[in-house]
Amino acid sequence: MFRTAQILFGVSVVIFLLMPIVAILPLAFTSSVFLTYPIEDYSLRWFVELATADAWRLSIMNSLIIGLGATLLSTILGTLASLGMRSKALPFANLLRTMFLLPMVVPAVVLGVGMQMLFVNLGLASTYPGVIVAHAVLCVPFVIVSVSASLQGIDPSVEKAASSLGASPVMVFRRVTFPLALPGVISGAVFAFATSLDEVVITLFVAGPNQRTLARQMFSSIRENISPTVVAAALLLIIGTLCLGGLAALLRWRQERSALKAVP
Amino acid sequence: MSRAPARERMGALLLIVPLLAFLAVFFLWPLWTMVRASVVDDTVSRVLPRTAAAIVSWDGQGLPPTQVQQALVEDLRQADDQQALGETVRRLNSAVSGFRTLLTRTTNAVRDGTDAVAVDLGDLDRRWKEPRFWLALRDAVPPYTDRNLLAAVDMKRDAGGAIVSEDPGASANRLIMFRTFLVAAIVTLASAAIGLPYAMLAAAVTGWKRTALLLAVLVPLWTSLLVRTTAWFVLLQNEGLINRALQAMGLIDSPLPLIFNRVGVVIAMTHVLLPFMVLPIYSVLLSVPRNLMQAAASMGAGPLRAFWRVLLPLSLPGLLSGSLLVFMVAIGYYITPALVGGANDQMISSVIAFYAMGTANWGLAGALGVILLLVTMILYFIYGRLSKSPQLLGA
Repeated sequence: MFRTAQILFGVSVVIFLLMPIVAILPLAFTSSVFLTYPIEDYSLRWFVELATADAWRLSIMNSLIIGLGATLLSTILGTLASLGMRSKALPFANLLRTMFLLPMVVPAVVLGVGMQMLFVNLGLASTYPGVIVAHAVLCVPFVIVSVSASLQGIDPSVEKAASSLGASPVMVFRRVTFPLALPGVISGAVFAFATSLDEVVITLFVAGPNQRTLARQMFSSIRENISPTVVAAALLLIIGTLCLGGLAALLRWRQERSALKAVP
Repeated sequence: MSRAPARERMGALLLIVPLLAFLAVFFLWPLWTMVRASVVDDTVSRVLPRTAAAIVSWDGQGLPPTQVQQALVEDLRQADDQQALGETVRRLNSAVSGFRTLLTRTTNAVRDGTDAVAVDLGDLDRRWKEPRFWLALRDAVPPYTDRNLLAAVDMKRDAGGAIVSEDPGASANRLIMFRTFLVAAIVTLASAAIGLPYAMLAAAVTGWKRTALLLAVLVPLWTSLLVRTTAWFVLLQNEGLINRALQAMGLIDSPLPLIFNRVGVVIAMTHVLLPFMVLPIYSVLLSVPRNLMQAAASMGAGPLRAFWRVLLPLSLPGLLSGSLLVFMVAIGYYITPALVGGANDQMISSVIAFYAMGTANWGLAGALGVILLLVTMILYFIYGRLSKSPQLLGA
């Protein structure tokens, strides 16, 4: 009796969690303009629309440009800072770490309002660099978490062994530390890109019509006039983020496995 | 020996400085700009600096002394920033109507006259003989104001300067804050009601079952928030899958209203935030020895008693962190209420966005933002104290 209830509960929560995502995807292939079941006829017309309509094409390009820019910026800054935070000699390490994670906590609308006011004065409002730095701020915490975790997994004695064998600090970093941290850096970059891809709120405040991203375009088309194009775009985003998430998980898993191997 | 740590510290600092500088400029400065906008009101004092300096000595009785009037004449003569002057006029006119024509006329007259001639404002326009214009000017010159912060909580200063409540019906900010906390609380409760037993189940089973249960939490977490909200938007429609299915099963005759109301917002937000509840509880339960429940059972406790006395107390820290996390994220939510909610479900973030983008009322947007930021930071501080590693899940 208790077991049946358990199974029933588990299954229904799993359905609640996964059903919405799974249930809407077939609608991307409908030939109708309405987002309803049953689907009478299947077609790829909404994907064609996505690839040809100017607004959608521009927004996909923008998402890629802004996503890559924000990923590059946040991964470089975050990786450097994570390396710096490894040192025990660093003062206020905890405070710094909290500060680096704060962009994840501050409500997006609050940050967006502040950025909009400031960016107008700095001449960054409605520019690509403006949107890229705004996204990069949000991406930094993910890079810090990921890179710090992989740096923590490095056995210091490996680096000591390298330097005792005569490697210079730069050499130790290039040949030992960095290769070991690389999976963490890559998975941090993946999270950063996924974050930028999904970001809407800050984009609403700092981007102009020319910097409209895919997520921003989806947001306004849901608001104004929803069509299956939005679901087709959602399918692209799901495939994109699941691939990226899978990649990150794979890297983490490989790292854990190699960490286990390193300890006899 | 003492030089090596110093050099190491230098190196570490050099690595951190780029990110620190980046966040100082693009994260802290925007927040500071917003906080400043909520309390600074220097449009008038920037355009009329001499008047602002002179008028403070006036006691507010009768008309201000002549040096104040001469300062105003001098300020208007020197004012060359047309845009700033226009803002000043707008600001004063909203305090006392008629100020627009009065200032325009005065400015024109003052500019026509030569510098040497002292202008008598009362002769120029009779309205300068009315104290209410001067009082409005005196109220507008202090560069700092609590007007916005008070307005954010539906308060204002009356004519005597005392803080009083806004007339009921004049503003709805308190109602919206109450609604924000209410929706966040309902979502937190719903997530806890589903998340606690789910996490316990995931910790109790092993093998593929555990993997499946955890994947079901992680896949939505990896999926874009916008996609999940889109999904609910489509599903909850009157013609959507849920209503169609219920109708097909014969459970309902006419579609249930699920979208553009509180029900839809709570369902969609619970779905989005459930992983933040499940994962902290699960990670706490993982550290509970598996044989503890068996020990309780062997000592004669029934399953219910063992759950109540052993498993529940042990999962409380996770439940608390999860609840704080869900509540903290929920109060700042914008996208889901904006898309799935109706006009009566808009939360504080939507109001901030409305003031900032719709009416360009930066002061009020900033003041509401300060309140939201403050509440979030307090919750985050408590959360950081409770859990050992103060970082959010999902990364």
